[in-house]
Amino acid sequence: MAQIAQVTPKPRALRSPFTLKLEPRLTTPRWLPWVTTIGSVIFALLAGAAILAYVGGNPIEAYRHIYQAAFGDLYVFSDTLVKATPLILTSLACLLAFRMRLWNIGAEGQFYLGAWGATLIVESVLPNDASPFLFIPLMLASGFVCGAIWGLIPGILKARFGVNEIITTLMMNYIALLWVAYWVFGPWSERGFQLTPTFPRSAWLARATDFAGVFRPFSGMTVHLGLIFALLAAFGVWYLLNRTRWGYEIRLIGDNPNAAKYAGVNIAMMTILVFMISGGLAGIAGMSEVAGVVHRLQDRISPGYGFTAIIIAWLSKLNPWAVIPVSIVFGGLLIGSREIQPSGLARMLQGILLFMLIGTEVLNRYRIKIERVRA
Amino acid sequence: MTFWVNILSAGVSNGTALLFATIGELLAERAGVLNLGVEGMMLMGAVAAYATAAATGDPWLGLLVGMLAGGLLSLLHAFVVITLRADQVVSGLSLTFLGTGLSLVLGEGLASVKGVPTIPVFSIPIFAQIPFLGPIFFDSKSALVYIGYLLIPVVWYYVYRTRAGLHLRAIGEYPAAADSLGIDVYLLRYFYVMLGGILAGLAGAALSLSISPGWFSELTTSGYGWIAIGLVIFAQWDPVRAAVGSYLFGSLRRFTLDVQGVQSVFGIGNPFFFDRNLQFFLEMLPYALTIVVLIIGSRAALRKRLGAPAALGLPYVRGERGLV
Repeated sequence: MAQIAQVTPKPRALRSPFTLKLEPRLTTPRWLPWVTTIGSVIFALLAGAAILAYVGGNPIEAYRHIYQAAFGDLYVFSDTLVKATPLILTSLACLLAFRMRLWNIGAEGQFYLGAWGATLIVESVLPNDASPFLFIPLMLASGFVCGAIWGLIPGILKARFGVNEIITTLMMNYIALLWVAYWVFGPWSERGFQLTPTFPRSAWLARATDFAGVFRPFSGMTVHLGLIFALLAAFGVWYLLNRTRWGYEIRLIGDNPNAAKYAGVNIAMMTILVFMISGGLAGIAGMSEVAGVVHRLQDRISPGYGFTAIIIAWLSKLNPWAVIPVSIVFGGLLIGSREIQPSGLARMLQGILLFMLIGTEVLNRYRIKIERVRA
Repeated sequence: MTFWVNILSAGVSNGTALLFATIGELLAERAGVLNLGVEGMMLMGAVAAYATAAATGDPWLGLLVGMLAGGLLSLLHAFVVITLRADQVVSGLSLTFLGTGLSLVLGEGLASVKGVPTIPVFSIPIFAQIPFLGPIFFDSKSALVYIGYLLIPVVWYYVYRTRAGLHLRAIGEYPAAADSLGIDVYLLRYFYVMLGGILAGLAGAALSLSISPGWFSELTTSGYGWIAIGLVIFAQWDPVRAAVGSYLFGSLRRFTLDVQGVQSVFGIGNPFFFDRNLQFFLEMLPYALTIVVLIIGSRAALRKRLGAPAALGLPYVRGERGLV
């Protein structure tokens, strides 16, 4: 090949004497992802502490309070599990989509639609004295379907027109919030308040405290049947991804869409399917929240579960089993930071953590070398 | 008539924040870097600007600090995706998380601060008298609105008619070719991501210091950052279309308010006047229309086989086989 004229870079004042060089790793040591993940968590806590101290708070006191309020005894731990339940379900929803590199940021909206769908059964379909064996399965199905429809819309737009799913799912979140607001302010409002009447007891998910007669220590514990749904869903997602043909295709598309296309995988169909299941899982989270915790539909029932789920899915390295412990930790963060000022603390910690995680991802894939620039 | 003039006039004011954010994102995407952190950068810009104006009493200083805050935050994204080559989608999302959380922490207690000065409002003497157009574009507008008017042709000229603009397009379309010609792809990408951040910060500052003065936590931006990202696609990465889209979306926000005050339309009773709860459907309009606009933009891109910069979202690694 002919020698092409060499371009000598002009010396510039801006150039630093060192450069960062990334060398791809051939193999990643097994321990490294764990070290970077734990390192990220520690760094996020330290950075959060620094910012908290800067705005005049006491970081040690704040963190101690969060820990005590979330994991201090069995009863607060039960509350933590209650918060972890919707987190597990919405995180699984995100995880499934992310595994195919579909950015479903809409778990929050799908959660709201699921809650709305469950409420629809109570408000408009079944009479108040129906049996719980009729209520719970129907509410579950309705929550799943409504969430799935909310996921289906961006799914079709993505598969059919190539519309960027990040923005559509996000816009669908805002629309879902307003949709629920319309129903609780309008048709379903209880005497003009911004909430529906309380559900009949037979539409409540069984709670641990309901079994206090059988097992005394359960008394006062609010952890409910939704947790079982969440654990089953984790198994379901794991099974779907690792033991079925669809799961294989999802992983193939996620790892190498071109290879999937040449192998004859119907990407458009899988996109729609994954979006529906993903939306349905988030919908179940919404159903579990109205039937298990709030017992009515009201404005703003989610403190951003669907957004925290994105971080949890990422933090779990897209492993459905890892979602469970990580969700419990984040549930604890939600419970513990409830009374803490400033109120954005949990959100900020999550943001720093997510950033650290993707930053340190690089350490797993590349060796970083700092070299002196030769003149 | 005055009904529409009022809406369009408010639309130009509201749309100015969208305009800054959209142009900023457009420049970053032209350079090949997708930044989904616009909402976070806008919130940081808004809180930094408002806090500074509250502390010093100088709105212009506030504006400057807001721009700086947006720019600094965007550097984080630039480092992670350009130097560390991380996924641009995930990094952008985390930037929104970080910006939102950080702005809530820093803005604690700021909502109750009173008497914060805003950016001055004035009319352009002769232009304001032009029938129809005068009241829409030149009558008692914030200084930022006029800055917005200047920005549109300047960015258009810069992108399409200057050598630097050619370099900008080159690093977004075919970075390896640009690199072989001696253009510093990494440095320029850093520059445009930061410029995008500065403009997003300015957009946030425009909201908190001029368009709807005050700090209302996340509601300060209420999704404007995401609408801006949608508008970039709708605009097919063209600054003039971006401006039209911004002003129309700005108008929409005022339209949803004004339409509730009208008793009848063409002799038929206006349902939004009689049932207040229907306002929630009106409030859905900007978000629903963003989706519609995206569909239009995506279909146009498919049909014409152009649109998105070819290297958008891909890290550039010198010497490695990239696209084409």
